[in-house]
Amino acid sequence: MRPTRIVAIAIVGLVAAACGGTTTPQASGAPTAGGSAAPAVSKALNIGFTNSQTGAQQVASTKQTEGIKLWVDQVTKAGGIKLKDGTVLMPKVTFYDDGSATDRVQQLYTKLINDDKVDVLLSPYSSSLVKAAAVVSEQNGKVMITAGGADDATMEQGFTNIYQVYSPGSKYLTGAIDLMLKLDPSIKKVAIVNEKDSFSVSVVTAAKPYAESKGLQVVVNQGYDTGTTDFAPFINQIVAAAPDAIIGGGHLVDGTAFAKALKEKNVSARFVALLVAPPEPTFADIGDAANFTVGPSQWEIPVKYNEAAAKALNIPFYGITSDSFTSAYRAMFNSAPSYHSAGGFAAGLILQRALEDAGSTDPAKLRASLDKTDVMTFFGRTKFSTDAKTHGKQVAHDMVYIQWQKGSDGKLAAQVVWPTEAKTAEAQLRK
Amino acid sequence: MSLEALIPSAIDGLMLGFVYGLAAMGLTLIFGVMRVINLSHGPVIALGMFVVYTLFTGPLGVNPYLGIVAALVIGLAFGVVEYFVALDRVINAPELTTLLATFSVNLMIIGIATSVFTTTPRAVDVSLGSVGIGNVTVLGTHAVAVLVAIVVAAGLYGLLFRTRVGKSIRAVANNRAAAELMGIDSRRMLALAFGIGTSLAMVSGALLSTLFPFNPLSGTGYEVKSFVIVVLGGLGNPTGALLGGIVIGLLEGVTTVFIPVSWVPVLEYVIFILILLVRPAGLLGARA
Repeated sequence: MRPTRIVAIAIVGLVAAACGGTTTPQASGAPTAGGSAAPAVSKALNIGFTNSQTGAQQVASTKQTEGIKLWVDQVTKAGGIKLKDGTVLMPKVTFYDDGSATDRVQQLYTKLINDDKVDVLLSPYSSSLVKAAAVVSEQNGKVMITAGGADDATMEQGFTNIYQVYSPGSKYLTGAIDLMLKLDPSIKKVAIVNEKDSFSVSVVTAAKPYAESKGLQVVVNQGYDTGTTDFAPFINQIVAAAPDAIIGGGHLVDGTAFAKALKEKNVSARFVALLVAPPEPTFADIGDAANFTVGPSQWEIPVKYNEAAAKALNIPFYGITSDSFTSAYRAMFNSAPSYHSAGGFAAGLILQRALEDAGSTDPAKLRASLDKTDVMTFFGRTKFSTDAKTHGKQVAHDMVYIQWQKGSDGKLAAQVVWPTEAKTAEAQLRK
Repeated sequence: MSLEALIPSAIDGLMLGFVYGLAAMGLTLIFGVMRVINLSHGPVIALGMFVVYTLFTGPLGVNPYLGIVAALVIGLAFGVVEYFVALDRVINAPELTTLLATFSVNLMIIGIATSVFTTTPRAVDVSLGSVGIGNVTVLGTHAVAVLVAIVVAAGLYGLLFRTRVGKSIRAVANNRAAAELMGIDSRRMLALAFGIGTSLAMVSGALLSTLFPFNPLSGTGYEVKSFVIVVLGGLGNPTGALLGGIVIGLLEGVTTVFIPVSWVPVLEYVIFILILLVRPAGLLGARA
């Protein structure tokens, strides 16, 4: 072999080692449920996904991956996923850094399917990346549970193998509008400024007509390119239009910069709700600019979905409680979980339940099981559309709304302000 | 469309235009002196951002505005080294050769920077308050960026037109052979000019780091904008570049009042093509 080829192979190997990750739980010695004897057959369950170890989605994607890792850890400690025929599936997770880039996602999901021979896929984080992964998964007939993608459009293409755990984007800001009008019915003018990616556009596509149907006047309606850092042009328009409320945003980095710029420019809107950024703990790094900002969230620590709530809906409860998840997460990662973390764990739970129900990793049996899923976990209710056009779209999960508020100690804290049964504080108008 | 937004948008655009102009001055100085189209300009702007970021977030917690001074010095040294490593041996070759040489440096900087810093967005958390008059709010960070840009541009003008070194650089730019006959070390002057141009790019990046979040790829957008500005102001003309930067900044600010923000780059490139077609020498004419 030529030296150059050896060097090239070595470099590729190093890059793969640096970018990828494989979590193979130790099966030996793991306790089995109920203390039963060792199972007749133990098989590896190969699960693949990409995450954003670099790039714009790094923070939220890391949280999602941590949630998946915790799920793998707990399944492993419980002795694996036990099927009806006695087979035990031990999860083996393979993941690579997608750099927050759609082209990398498509390459890597192809690699996961063709080279790594994964049995089932989980999704990357963010709707654009999920959309890219979904196309590859669908083409190859691989079931993919999506945690980090809320975009409606992806789930309205008639895919048969993709299942969405998150509430779809169309529900993100409509609830915020309800909350806003409950808080202050005199609000009349609203500005909508959003990122022009598929997720944010799907959110706004639903929110704008909803706002208008509630009698609100949309006085600014502008989109900004992904990667925008200078919000001055938008804020000058907002100031000139003097809206009572501002809704929009996109993801963590731009949403944080937008909120910071609103404060710097002394924008006096009474209500601000932004996508994705506010529920992340790092949003508080912008200090006073975070105060009173509302954010839709898929899950928050104080929201307790439990067996009683499931019973009230006449559906089963599956998996651990919210408290157990939160304490296990803190113990493993030494930080509080965000909704992205919970989404990652919940995707694992839904997959686990479907495998147990299907009794097989066969995609057709897995799909049949997922199609009839109607269950409550600590993350909330999960049920998928079985309509041909919207197959796999989430239809039962509810959103939670948080608001950053300064406590009497002067410290910022994310308070749950909606739904009312889970609220930790009353929602407030900006001051 | 809201005319109430016109004045604040114009002021914001104007202020940003000074920083654009500073970045473009570096690009046009290098072209004016040595006829090199410097494609490492964008990554160098990003390096300026990371100089400030690294010093600010490091153990010493260096004030971002002191970091700008560091960026100026590091930029000068980096440019001189880059000249001797990548350009010195091909400086008399056709322009395509030097263009490819700087493109190689571009790829190397981006490769190393993305490996070291990743593409995760960073920010230098600095706030200098704001001053509000009516619906116009001027941020302290933007005002300081304008002041620094003016001081650096004036410093460049003083260096080029009030010092012996500047006179030598201009002499090399006008006629390298004649300058050498007069005893000027043209090689040293070319290296110095490249260092100054690189330093200007790094300072503009350092200033931008105090205004917006960034990553190692952030320089690309400013590099492309610099080319538009350089053509608008006149190739090789630093004063024209500063003026061009102000015009583009103002244009960005004002047009967003009338058209969606996404259309602004389209308008900029239409102007770019029109200038090339109608007045290829730019607003002030091409000169060193």
